[in-house]
Amino acid sequence: MIEMNKRFLLQAAVAVLALAAIAGCGEKQAPKPAEAPKAEAKAAPAPPPKPEPLKAAWVYVGPVGDAGWTFAHDNGRKAAEAEFGDKIKTSFVEKVPEGADAERVFRDLATQGNKIIFATSFGYMEPMLKVAGEFPDVKFEHATGYKTAPNMRIYDSSFYQDAYLAGIIAGKMSKTGTIGFVGSFPIPEVLRNINAFTLGAQTVNPKIKTKVVWVSTWFDPPKEGEAAQSLINGGADVLLQNTDSTAVLQTAEKNGKYAFGWDSDMSAFAPKAHLASAIVDWSGYYKKAIKDVMENTWKTERTVWGVKEGANDLIKIADVIPEEIRKKVQEIKDGMKAGTFEVFSGPIMGNDGKERLAKDIKADQAWKDKVDFYVKGIDGKIPSAK
Amino acid sequence: MNELALLLAATLASGTPLALAGLGLLLNEKSGVLNLGAEGMMLVAAVAGFAVAFHTGNDWVAFGAGALAGMAMAAIFGWLVIWLGTNQYATGLALSLFGGGFSAFVGVNYVGKKLAAKSAFEVPILADLPFVGPALFKQHPMTYIAIGLTIAIAWFLYRSRAGLVLRAVGESPESAHALGYRVRLIRLGAVLGGGALCGIAGAFLSVVYAPLWVEGLVAGRGWIALALTTFATWRPARTLLGAYLFGGVTMLQFYLQGEGVEIASQLLSMLPYLATIVVLALISRDPAWIRINMPASLGKPFHPGS
Repeated sequence: MIEMNKRFLLQAAVAVLALAAIAGCGEKQAPKPAEAPKAEAKAAPAPPPKPEPLKAAWVYVGPVGDAGWTFAHDNGRKAAEAEFGDKIKTSFVEKVPEGADAERVFRDLATQGNKIIFATSFGYMEPMLKVAGEFPDVKFEHATGYKTAPNMRIYDSSFYQDAYLAGIIAGKMSKTGTIGFVGSFPIPEVLRNINAFTLGAQTVNPKIKTKVVWVSTWFDPPKEGEAAQSLINGGADVLLQNTDSTAVLQTAEKNGKYAFGWDSDMSAFAPKAHLASAIVDWSGYYKKAIKDVMENTWKTERTVWGVKEGANDLIKIADVIPEEIRKKVQEIKDGMKAGTFEVFSGPIMGNDGKERLAKDIKADQAWKDKVDFYVKGIDGKIPSAK
Repeated sequence: MNELALLLAATLASGTPLALAGLGLLLNEKSGVLNLGAEGMMLVAAVAGFAVAFHTGNDWVAFGAGALAGMAMAAIFGWLVIWLGTNQYATGLALSLFGGGFSAFVGVNYVGKKLAAKSAFEVPILADLPFVGPALFKQHPMTYIAIGLTIAIAWFLYRSRAGLVLRAVGESPESAHALGYRVRLIRLGAVLGGGALCGIAGAFLSVVYAPLWVEGLVAGRGWIALALTTFATWRPARTLLGAYLFGGVTMLQFYLQGEGVEIASQLLSMLPYLATIVVLALISRDPAWIRINMPASLGKPFHPGS
């Protein structure tokens, strides 16, 4: 009998543990409830037939936090909310894993009456495509992907422009002549950034070398820090990263080297090491997309914005950077704004000695989508993505 | 040469949290209790340590908080497996999952927060030596504490009476019980000690090594520490060396990449587990080896009077 009781207690205890774990997960994935009651309270005492607010939802891959990729998207959401006021009602779901869970979240959001849904990570592409087919009346927007549908379109930014500007600074600030890059995955987007960073640095110091270390993750601070440490140990003294945490910057600070912020202003995390922050501002696009739905002008297309449209910028340029370099960065930035300056202008040589872009030719979007090489000046080979 | 010194230094830093957690689990397992909840304990301790470091600015208080958090988690586990006789494997796994969810839940407000910058540590005089200085003597004090702990735990287990009793409990709880030792309390003590060390390891990760908090920060190091105890065939010194070996593999992989050597990072990240399987296969071929070192009652519940 005592044995039975013990077994029962065990089962109860394990069940409680399991439930607590599940409850912990559930809480994060539910849309923020804070917004819902506010809107209801507004709707109740309004007898005149006011038009229903347009419901828009965002799906984030990480927590919003204080810095980084998801933080930047959420700032865009807030800007859209401020722009349209009570004409729209926004909500977001954070920390949605890429894969089967995402599909469920998209379906839930569509069923809840959202008319436009933004998916802010590459891995949401297939799940979103599937759900888009089931809800023809809902508009789906996917960041950084390449597949579209009649009611699903894609948008992207031009981070490589920021990386190029950062490169100009890195080329000047590097004393060892070696700069480092902590890469996430060897996809065209990241390779564009590494190449642009190197090309930018070469405009100041033609002999500069870039070392690259891949961490196979978007977000793993200890690993990003270890990768940064090994780059520094290998002689790199200015670092840039394509991962989302502040670990690379903090590792540079610890070692008395330089690095850049990525995605959002990270100057506070490393006052001495921080040279500038490459940022992305999605608010313009989010306003446009919601306006398209409101005015029935939404159509499937691909939008790539950059410095010209105010989507990308290099901000908080540190005081240690010499005046001539600041001027140079500003000049190039002005060229990007005017649309006259193209980062990838021929001749561009691969580090295998092959010419990748002929002289006097400016790269088009198709070329940029297929970048699969290191430019001259980068050490090593790209790990095969097979 | 200088690069080699820096690689060594990075290896020591990377191996330290693994060594701390591995030593804790070693104590734990020597008493006959297998705690698969290391990952969960480390995560909860990491967030507790980070929160305390964030509010007090004192790392040592943060390590203490991490140890306490690890012990609290271990106490739940100990009560379940020692007094209620629950299955150690299932309970440990549940503890890991629970720790993952719970730490994420309570840590939401600390994501992206930053700790005050700290000055670098170095051992006076010795740090100025060529090669060995940068390689060995510019580490966080916790690195040296981990080495000291290894010696202390080795002494405790093999030279002290209390250690002998602990091992006896792990080998044959029935005999220890018959001799009048309080098997359950001794096991609880070992579990709590293991939790405290795993907790310090977790806090070290979030407060010194990263230094920041995000969900899932520990990223599998708890599992590597568990593999480590088997890899080291339950010997303290081998646990420390194994921790440096596993830490070194990670650093070497990045180092080689930076040098332009093509090597699959996935292959290297599975090495600790592969090495553990190889060791398991080797020691199972030599029963004497297991009999000498592996606690005979590991993973088996003990019911006094049954």
